[in-house]
Amino acid sequence: MSTILSVTSLTTSLRNGARIVDGISFDIAAGETFALLGESGCGKSMTALSLMRLLPDSVHVESGAMHVAGVNVVALPEREMRELRGGKMAMIFQEPGLSLNPVMTVGEQIAEVLVLHQRLSVDAITQRCIELLQQVGIPDAPRRLGEYPFQLSGGMKQRVMIAMALAGQPQLLIADEPTTALDVTIQAQVLQLLRDTQQQSGMAMLLITHDLGVVAENAHQVAVMYAGQIVEMATREQLFAHPAHPYTQKLFAAQPDGKRGGQPLAAIAGNVPPLGEVFTGCRFAPRCSEAWALCHEKIPAWAEVAEGQGVRCHLYSADAKNVGWVERSDTHHLPNVDDGYRCAPPILSEALLRVSDLQVHFPIRKGLLQRTVGQVKAVDGLSLEIGAGKTLALVGESGCGKTTVGKALLQLIRPTMGSVRFAGKELTGLGAGALREQRSGMQMVFQDPFASLNPKMRVAEILQEGMDALNIGRDSVARQQRIDKLLDQVGLARTAKWRYPHEFSGGQRQRIAIARALAVNPQLLICDEPTSALDVSVQAQILNLLKTLQQELGLSYLFITHNLAVVDYLAHEVCVMYLGRIVERGAVEDVLHSPRHPYTQALLSAVPRIDGGHTLIRLTGEMPSPANPPQGCHFHPRCAQANAQCRTDYPAETLLSGGKEGEAPHRVHCHLFS
Amino acid sequence: MIAYLIRRILYAVPILIGVNLLTFALFFVVNTPDDMARMQLGIKRVTPEAIEKWKQQHGYDKPLLFNGKAEGTTAFTNTIFFEKSASMFVFDFGYSDDGRNITREIQTRMLPSLAIALPTFFIGLLLYVTFALLMTLFRATALDMAGVALCVVLMSISSLFYIIGGQFMASKLWHWVPISGYAGGVDGMRFVVLPVLIGVAGGVGASSRWYRTIFLEEIGKDYVRTARAKGLSELRVLFRHVLKNAMIPILTGVVVVIPLLFMGSLLTESFFGIPGLGSYTIDAINAQDFGVVRAMVFLGSVLYIAGLILTDLSYTVVDPRVRLQ
Repeated sequence: MSTILSVTSLTTSLRNGARIVDGISFDIAAGETFALLGESGCGKSMTALSLMRLLPDSVHVESGAMHVAGVNVVALPEREMRELRGGKMAMIFQEPGLSLNPVMTVGEQIAEVLVLHQRLSVDAITQRCIELLQQVGIPDAPRRLGEYPFQLSGGMKQRVMIAMALAGQPQLLIADEPTTALDVTIQAQVLQLLRDTQQQSGMAMLLITHDLGVVAENAHQVAVMYAGQIVEMATREQLFAHPAHPYTQKLFAAQPDGKRGGQPLAAIAGNVPPLGEVFTGCRFAPRCSEAWALCHEKIPAWAEVAEGQGVRCHLYSADAKNVGWVERSDTHHLPNVDDGYRCAPPILSEALLRVSDLQVHFPIRKGLLQRTVGQVKAVDGLSLEIGAGKTLALVGESGCGKTTVGKALLQLIRPTMGSVRFAGKELTGLGAGALREQRSGMQMVFQDPFASLNPKMRVAEILQEGMDALNIGRDSVARQQRIDKLLDQVGLARTAKWRYPHEFSGGQRQRIAIARALAVNPQLLICDEPTSALDVSVQAQILNLLKTLQQELGLSYLFITHNLAVVDYLAHEVCVMYLGRIVERGAVEDVLHSPRHPYTQALLSAVPRIDGGHTLIRLTGEMPSPANPPQGCHFHPRCAQANAQCRTDYPAETLLSGGKEGEAPHRVHCHLFS
Repeated sequence: MIAYLIRRILYAVPILIGVNLLTFALFFVVNTPDDMARMQLGIKRVTPEAIEKWKQQHGYDKPLLFNGKAEGTTAFTNTIFFEKSASMFVFDFGYSDDGRNITREIQTRMLPSLAIALPTFFIGLLLYVTFALLMTLFRATALDMAGVALCVVLMSISSLFYIIGGQFMASKLWHWVPISGYAGGVDGMRFVVLPVLIGVAGGVGASSRWYRTIFLEEIGKDYVRTARAKGLSELRVLFRHVLKNAMIPILTGVVVVIPLLFMGSLLTESFFGIPGLGSYTIDAINAQDFGVVRAMVFLGSVLYIAGLILTDLSYTVVDPRVRLQ
């Protein structure tokens, strides 16, 4: 196999000298996928942009060499570099929604590459565009050519991006988090497409990702990046069998899944160091539980731990052996916890929250008089119960209506029909004043901690505002004391209250958001994707915090998420939503470990797994629009097991197993079981 | 789209009624017909008889909104509001105090206004966009800095200075063009050049700086990175990708003023002695001729509404995502 890309001591820095990428080297052979793994702020994307020479104005390549098919791109004049870009080397980006020009048709955008790099005639270009769209699996390609990006779904847009990248027949494809913005079933389709394309064309691929599961299923070689450096490099098999660097080990341990249900996740304390920090020792030492004196004093050298596996860590250096370090076993031990950590068995009583037949419809208006011509049935007859101290997860892909459910429960959107009873009180139809009295019982934690906190308010003000509004605490002295207590509870320093949100990292901000919600003594927290904007290690911190709080305060959670691993780890019960309705529900063990509904099965199989060894159930197509749901079972157009009845009748609920003492019964809406 | 347009035009009716009522209140309630007569007659000739006579001559001797003495619908039609204001809805503006037909006056004065305003607008737009694109192309270089500094200087200078300074240099010192005046036809070109140039120069600073900001915002977006990753040159990225997207916010600010070009410019027309609608308005304000002022306010709001509708329509042209319904 010939080497396509060879990077030697690449250093990329800011104008002020801060090094974002610090002396990294790696090779990628033809037909090989090389994964660059790490959390945000580690310099992965900057590495890719350095390769393409598309760095922002304030960043430049300081030293090093990058050979693409034998040509050193660092020294290349801009004019020749443009020949390479989009030609021999192409790149696809994270946000397909933002990465396509919104006012140009799909065809024009692909044709641009063909004109530049293939020099085809006008007729040939249209023909080639259609071929490319077909190659990336876009049905009805000739019609799609004339459409604009907004007319395509997220998965389709990423396919168009891939088609654009392939148009120049690249030898090297750089994929920067290509599936992070997509749903799991769509992610599975896109990753499959990338693998297929690579097999056909034999191109080399640099895959940048933070997702260990994506690495496990796609990469041949893996490099783990931390604070601008590669800290470990190995083949996929070696890395997953014996992760050597403590950081890599921690990344594995921070992955939530059901097997760890009873134990806290191994969160990595602290955060990725800020750009431009000057290091005297190992960059990971301040967060490393294995660090010893030398780690803080001396920068570790690259050490081979096995054939093809190298690591930048003192544990494997000669020094370590000199001071009596023993070869470490590969199993990384998790902190031992007493069994009490698992939540106490729920008390059987009236459910804290009881929702029945909830419907949220948005009218579609048209014409001169704005008459209602249809309904978008975002939530269409949903019932659920949450017991005190329990966690219910609401799972589904984007567009299935799960966020609308959260807002409708809080009456932020008034439900069209149905009942929401909270602690025995009906909330629908309450007036503004009466509703406000109920507000303290139910609070929400939002997805993006960067956008959901008012940037112009200090933390203390953010926490106090809710207390003032709902008259929690006697006076301002009592409220100040409560703020201190809240900050202790969520693991922030008390001095944090005088600071503004922008001074905190993502994880810390989410702690503030949780403290804000807790400030008014709620019994139920609605968490809408609270960790999806966070890194794995920080996600683990937040999940641990949520679990501890539940234990201490007896909170109930409604956990709205698309991340099944988090559900497995945190929830007691789970509801799977598809197109505004629940298709399967039950205890976590039942639904996630023996799923019955074909959609749940496909959803679970689409999640990339670290351990591999599962068969993917490929879903064709995408979720239909809730304005125009299919006849019969909503899922039948994508279901491999659909029969005649599925096309005509919506299936009624079937009880699969009664549920043992205190456990939720396993129920499913599917004709296969009725 | 047709339904949308009809709805927007229907929405305009209550707005115009509101504008009309407001101007009516300002002119006839705050400023009663008696006051107007006194002002018109001058201090010496004010007698109760003279006031009554003036009111009769000019049609201000009727009740304001409701005529209790009249029967049926005439109770509403035989009023000052109906005769002076309601007729404006059919673009019948009545007569000015010196007895001329305002509608005809507007028609003849529109042309000189347009002769100045249209070239100013189009040359200006082209120049501002070009200048802004240049600054964007050379962003973060000394050239860009100098451009921004120039813009700030230009926008800090009063527009009066451009007019007087321009007239002084171009006409008085160098005798290129006449200092003021207007003539129709090709001959009139020499009167148009200076006001157009000065109009364009007066807007360079603020507009170019604003467009530059818009371009810079667009250039930081992800789709521009994609375009570069295809291997496009910076110029093609600017023209094919950035310009098209930046036109969306630029149009918002620009299309709305197109109908208002008919109104001309108050300052420029007065200083250059152009017999357009701008100087007409200024003269009417100075002469306290309320008939004309009211007509111009009404015309202005009609044109502004037309501008807003045009803006919405222009969106559908530049942005495929926008559908009017």
